[in-house]
Amino acid sequence: MPASASRQEPSAHRARGGADAPSARLSSDRRRRPDPSTRQVARGLGWFSLALGVTEVTCGDAIARWLGMPRAGALVRAYGVREIVQGAGILGAHDPTPWIWARVAGDGLDLATVLPGLTGDPRHRANTAVALGALAGVGVVDLLCARALSDAPLAPSEPVRADYRSRSGFPRGVAAMRGAARDVRPRDFTTPESLRAWS
Amino acid sequence: MKALVWHGAQDIRCESVPDPRIEDDRDAIIKVTACAICGSDLHLYDHFMPGMEKGDVMGHEFMGEVVETGKGVNGTLRKGERVVIPFTIICGECDQCKRGFFSVCERSNRNKHLAAKAFGHTTAGLFGYTHLTGGYQGGQAEYVRVPFADKTHIKVPDGLTDEQVLFLGDIFPTGWQAAVQADIQPTDTVAIWGAGPVGQMAIRSAILLGARQVVCIDRVPERLEMARAGGAVTIDNSTESTVERLNQLTSGKGPEKCIDAVGMEAHAPRALEQVYDRVKQAMMLESDRATVLREMIYVCRPAGILSIPGVYGGLVDKIPMGALMNKGLTLRTGQTHVNRWTDDLVARIADGQIDPSFVITHRGGLADGPDLYKTFRDKKDNCIKVVLRP
Repeated sequence: MPASASRQEPSAHRARGGADAPSARLSSDRRRRPDPSTRQVARGLGWFSLALGVTEVTCGDAIARWLGMPRAGALVRAYGVREIVQGAGILGAHDPTPWIWARVAGDGLDLATVLPGLTGDPRHRANTAVALGALAGVGVVDLLCARALSDAPLAPSEPVRADYRSRSGFPRGVAAMRGAARDVRPRDFTTPESLRAWS
Repeated sequence: MKALVWHGAQDIRCESVPDPRIEDDRDAIIKVTACAICGSDLHLYDHFMPGMEKGDVMGHEFMGEVVETGKGVNGTLRKGERVVIPFTIICGECDQCKRGFFSVCERSNRNKHLAAKAFGHTTAGLFGYTHLTGGYQGGQAEYVRVPFADKTHIKVPDGLTDEQVLFLGDIFPTGWQAAVQADIQPTDTVAIWGAGPVGQMAIRSAILLGARQVVCIDRVPERLEMARAGGAVTIDNSTESTVERLNQLTSGKGPEKCIDAVGMEAHAPRALEQVYDRVKQAMMLESDRATVLREMIYVCRPAGILSIPGVYGGLVDKIPMGALMNKGLTLRTGQTHVNRWTDDLVARIADGQIDPSFVITHRGGLADGPDLYKTFRDKKDNCIKVVLRP
């Protein structure tokens, strides 16, 4: 069954991922085939999540003070744990789509947490603005990546179209060839006589 | 000349590169008439193996005609002669080559300091397979320079076609060595993980070596179908438990011999194990996924033998050493000592015992190479083995 190279693009079978239902756009699908750059961005976000998470867990109190929310250290550390889980999910999953959408939701939560700082202690407003800017920037990247993943084409489930039942590789048949090379016993590649089974 | 050139993960291009030339007296230049994409090329395609550089020419399974030889080839090869080139480059003179352990040739890897850092000692130079193994340009090209050409070749009889002998350069002797070192006895059940090209060759080799029962484990329907055609009982590990089924097929004793024809990119049928390995791999806490190794150690009959032709590149995690030791298992592995086996295998092909071309499912030219890499990697279009004609 020789096949020409032109057979391999089954465009007729390609479907837009998640075109049917919103839940399908958010959920994992092993058939999803994002382009290499989207895949790279997703991996980058995974690493970013891990790094940010570790920073938040280890420096939660300092970050909270910098934002003018000195009693929010525990909350920042909890957000750090969330980031680590998301990062591990993105890097470990075959299809990171739901994990990137989880990051988008997390961005919303982060923005909602930091936003009140703009009307709080005037000494920390500049820091709050910097944090909001960074969160918004990362949020845009997350959103674009999540949408690109959800829109990625789905590879078709491949049916067995070719018939390989006659491809034994033995011109004289399997039964005739069983044991045809039984005498091949190279000394260096077989069990020494003294270690062989007794029976 | 045209060649398939590595540019990064999932980025292989057919483009023009300088023609190879004689650099050493023992070199020969081969005009490639047929080359194949090997399963281990996919480890480079996905950039799982370190040591590739942009501009490297891919390919280590190829054959062709001699068009030029260095002075040191000394008439061993003549212009126009048809040869298959083994993927392991061998000097034929070092201590390991003299012992027949060609894949650990001590002289052919020109970057032996890198290999020694990674592995403790150098291994042989390989064509088109990272700078750890010499950084030699590969054979998915119109022409290729063959170092130590007076030894690094397999002469083939005129009566055999390219497609019958091409796989003598890698997958056939690799499957063969995997089965031979499993020391198969007439009462043995041999379990083979992976129904890709090496797994298919291992199945046929185990049959030739006289295994009572051969069992092949995979999840791709057309590969399982081809495995059954070769005489194997098959287990679809996406729908059934490998361990339970193997125990069922061996009256609860387990297979005496287990062969890992999958290697570092194994997919675990259990989601938790798969996530665990992928996360560790992504965080650079392990480089290879050991799913098949764990399963083999667990299910193999005590005092059995594990044979590992599947390629591993670095570190694995959670190997059940307790089971390996207490069950008294023997582990045999290694890159293939191609030339050790090929005289015998050429004779078996010529005798009609086996025709390795059964495994070819896709053919194309070099320009089709980048697309066919993807097709092969994604197991699309029922693809099992690709042969290219430059």
